[in-house]
Amino acid sequence: MRRSNMALLQCFLLDSLGDKYILLRYLGDNGSVDKQLELLQGTLDMLILKAVSLGPLHGYGILLRIQQISRDRLEIQQGSLYPALYRLERQGWIASEWGESENKRKAKYYRLTAAGKRRLQTETHNWNCMADVIAEILRTTPEEV
Amino acid sequence: MDTELRFHIETYAEDLVRSGLPRQEATRRARLEFGGIERAKEECREARGVTFLESLAQDIRFGLHMLRKSPGFTTTTILTLSLGIAATVAILGFVDSALIRPLPYPNLSRLMGVFKTSPLGGQHLGYSYPDYLDLVRSNRVFASIAAYDGDGGFVLSDAGGVHLVNGTGMTSDLFRILGVTPVLGRDFATNPASEDLLAAPPTVILSYAAWQKWFGGKPDVLGKTVTLNGESYTVIGVLPRSFEFAPAGAADFWTTLHPYAGEPCYLSRGCMAMGVIARLKEGVTIQQALADVRAIAAQEAREHPDPDRNRGANIAPLSQWILGDIKPILLALLGGAGLLLLIAYVNVTGLLLVRSENRRHEFAMRGVLGASRGRLTQQFVIEGFVVVAASSALGLFAAAITRRLLLKLIPADMLDSMPYLRGGWNWHVTAFATALVLIAWTLFVMTPALRLPFASLHAGLAEGGRGAAGTSWRHLGAKLVVLELATTMVLLAGAGLLGKSLYELLHVDMGFDPNHLATLWMLAPEAKYSQSEQAIALQREIVSRLQSLPGITAVGTARDLPVTGVPSTQIGFVGRPSLGETNEVGHQVISAGYLSVLKAHLLKGRYFNEYDNTNAPSVAIINQTLARRYFPGENPVGKQVFYHQHGSAPESSGPQHPLEIVGVIADVKEYALDETAKPVVYTPSEQGPGPSFCIAVRTSQEAASVLPSLIATIHKIDPGIVTSGAATMPEIIQRSWAAYLHCVLAWLAGGFAALALMLSTIGVYGVIAYSVSRRTREIGVRMALGASLSSVYRLILKEAGWLILIGLVTGLSGSIPAGVFMSSLLFGVRSWDVLILGAVAAVLVLSALLASYIPARRAASVNPVDALRSE
Repeated sequence: MRRSNMALLQCFLLDSLGDKYILLRYLGDNGSVDKQLELLQGTLDMLILKAVSLGPLHGYGILLRIQQISRDRLEIQQGSLYPALYRLERQGWIASEWGESENKRKAKYYRLTAAGKRRLQTETHNWNCMADVIAEILRTTPEEV
Repeated sequence: MDTELRFHIETYAEDLVRSGLPRQEATRRARLEFGGIERAKEECREARGVTFLESLAQDIRFGLHMLRKSPGFTTTTILTLSLGIAATVAILGFVDSALIRPLPYPNLSRLMGVFKTSPLGGQHLGYSYPDYLDLVRSNRVFASIAAYDGDGGFVLSDAGGVHLVNGTGMTSDLFRILGVTPVLGRDFATNPASEDLLAAPPTVILSYAAWQKWFGGKPDVLGKTVTLNGESYTVIGVLPRSFEFAPAGAADFWTTLHPYAGEPCYLSRGCMAMGVIARLKEGVTIQQALADVRAIAAQEAREHPDPDRNRGANIAPLSQWILGDIKPILLALLGGAGLLLLIAYVNVTGLLLVRSENRRHEFAMRGVLGASRGRLTQQFVIEGFVVVAASSALGLFAAAITRRLLLKLIPADMLDSMPYLRGGWNWHVTAFATALVLIAWTLFVMTPALRLPFASLHAGLAEGGRGAAGTSWRHLGAKLVVLELATTMVLLAGAGLLGKSLYELLHVDMGFDPNHLATLWMLAPEAKYSQSEQAIALQREIVSRLQSLPGITAVGTARDLPVTGVPSTQIGFVGRPSLGETNEVGHQVISAGYLSVLKAHLLKGRYFNEYDNTNAPSVAIINQTLARRYFPGENPVGKQVFYHQHGSAPESSGPQHPLEIVGVIADVKEYALDETAKPVVYTPSEQGPGPSFCIAVRTSQEAASVLPSLIATIHKIDPGIVTSGAATMPEIIQRSWAAYLHCVLAWLAGGFAALALMLSTIGVYGVIAYSVSRRTREIGVRMALGASLSSVYRLILKEAGWLILIGLVTGLSGSIPAGVFMSSLLFGVRSWDVLILGAVAAVLVLSALLASYIPARRAASVNPVDALRSE
């Protein structure tokens, strides 16, 4: 009983990374509708962490992978990627090292750290909690009030 | 970062090319979609933040820039801090070597010095040889005991002639008690103190320096012989380089007691020439040992009332005896240096406060732009580190130089009796110095950090920035200056008292005229002049030859010179029943003309003349103290006295050999300058000649100029005569321990006081100047409303006057306890000498007023229109 209350409490703690918004392009299910979604900066961080958790990538690769695993529905604004990467690195959730890319050029690869893994888990849990709560609110019918 | 971003764009471009776009179009689109590279870089940098090392480097660069921009502040701070640190660390070095670092003997707490005492001679007299033997035989409290001859000196004869060298005779266990083993060869064999002194073999152990000097440091020195006092001594060992034993000074030749075999002094109990040290047995306390030696001394007094009556015994831990004298001096100096350091810190804090006031605008701006409190504090830390590092380096360097200089200033023979002062740098001093530096650094960081009103940084942005902060600085600054003034007052009072002490000491009535007096000590070879006729003839020849030299008006001889002390003897009075008391008096042996050479004052009777020789009745002259003490209310001339047991001529003692008193002189200072007058009896040298004596000549010209001719003439008479200590009488007085000590103290205290005065004057100036600058508007308004120049002056000077007054009063209340604390160092001056306190107070007030006058003048020259407009 108490544990679920704590879980509920956790859901209501929003990501405190400030209230900057990142522009994402939502490409819709059939790839034709171009809507620009405003999502919290913390969401982008979560996506990057997830992308990197699947294997070390350079910046461009992260961009592609997110696009790929969202089945081409999500495309991140290129200018907002790198500041996010530097911020995550400063906070210690990803680590970088120089390596050689597929086309034999020097590129910086990012990988997930142990702390980053834990962060990703927490963020995922929070996101799901939040989604549940909001969905429930939206389902409320006039009779339940 | 650049590589990474370009990689991204190029890879994207290639993907576009692969999907069919022409290359140029692909590149263009890639760049367009990415957005501006420079802007991306900026955002990345912002996101990444600044690393610690980068921020450190920034702060260092900025700090150096700010310090360069205000050279006045930087130089003043660095100089002030270095001054304080240098003075304190230099004195700390001495205090550490002398007081904190223990003497280099193992198990120091069990090592005692044993002394005889007498009402006249004090608590630290030596033992006579027979008394020492008694002590060895009868004591129950000492595990081991040894003695050394305190008078130390031998005549070394070698191919180059005769040389006077430092040396000490000792019993066999001395080095063992001190825990010293020779670094070459062996120690003396344990020899239970034998009553037959001749049985002690003629062997000698060299000091390290003697080994280097006389034997070239060669390892084949063992077994070689050296001729001391005409006899051949075999070298059996060499002492370690680090060995020191202060009571024996810089003794180079350590022999057995062999040189003293046959010396009548060693057979009589009247000759107290030996220093005694001992190790306590396990479990014995000092009190028990004291009781034991006192009992032995009492027994001796009973069995040998001549001369041991009235002689007690005393024990003191060796370290206390060796270091006792110098403790109050070093502590006083440490106090002075500490106060100077306090003033330096206070001054620096004041300067920092002013500077941080002026920089409030800068810090407010930085805070508003996002600098955290930690970052700003880091700035202070770095700036503080730069200044403190510079001042510490400068200060420590100056301290090392000062220490070396001070050591050089101490005359060599005095330094020999204080070898512990030579100790080098060690971790104690480093730790103290580090502590001082850290305190300074903390001041540098805390002062501006505490002054920053972080809660309302934007207040600092307001133009002019006056307000609560301004007045509170004035109060804080004023308090600091009061503290400085009070401390300076204490230092000035101390310096004044010590200065007056020195003056009193040097002008104390010595009973003779020391100017134009040249002196010399000489020793005639025993072999040639052992008979009294030979010794008398030699003295007469020397006196007549020297008299005929140009520039010399009168010549006299004496066994000891004034101010250097005389040996004691005990006398009785013919015609008085012996009540069992011993009358200990000083004893001088002088030539007929000596007292006239000195220009002493004859009160009654006559001086000695050429008729007082071996064929005439024995005569004596007494000084006024003796006359007052033993012949109160009567005329001593014509009365008779006798020796109780004459040290070196026991056959002429007793009431059967009376001496007639022929004259009374006003006291001549035979003992140290600061000692009270003691009774002294003078006997003519022709009635008791000795092989060694001092020569005093009165010159018509510069005394120092005749010294070479004195030495040359004596060597012409007999080249075997050893001379030493050629000096003028004023030099000897200045070099005497009391005079030298007071001189050093007065100069050092004066130095501290002068520096403190300078620093606090600067402090007063700073506070008043700052206050004036803050009140420019107010002054402008006053002047615009018709205030006269003089009223502006009065305004500023009133503020200054209050500060000075409070500082003065606080300082005075601190000076009196300081004077009381120092009273053991003062001579002829009361601790609360009104004249001195008044004089130094006047000096302080004048310099502080002068310092306030300058900003006051600036205030008076304010143009009211400008002042009003600037706000």
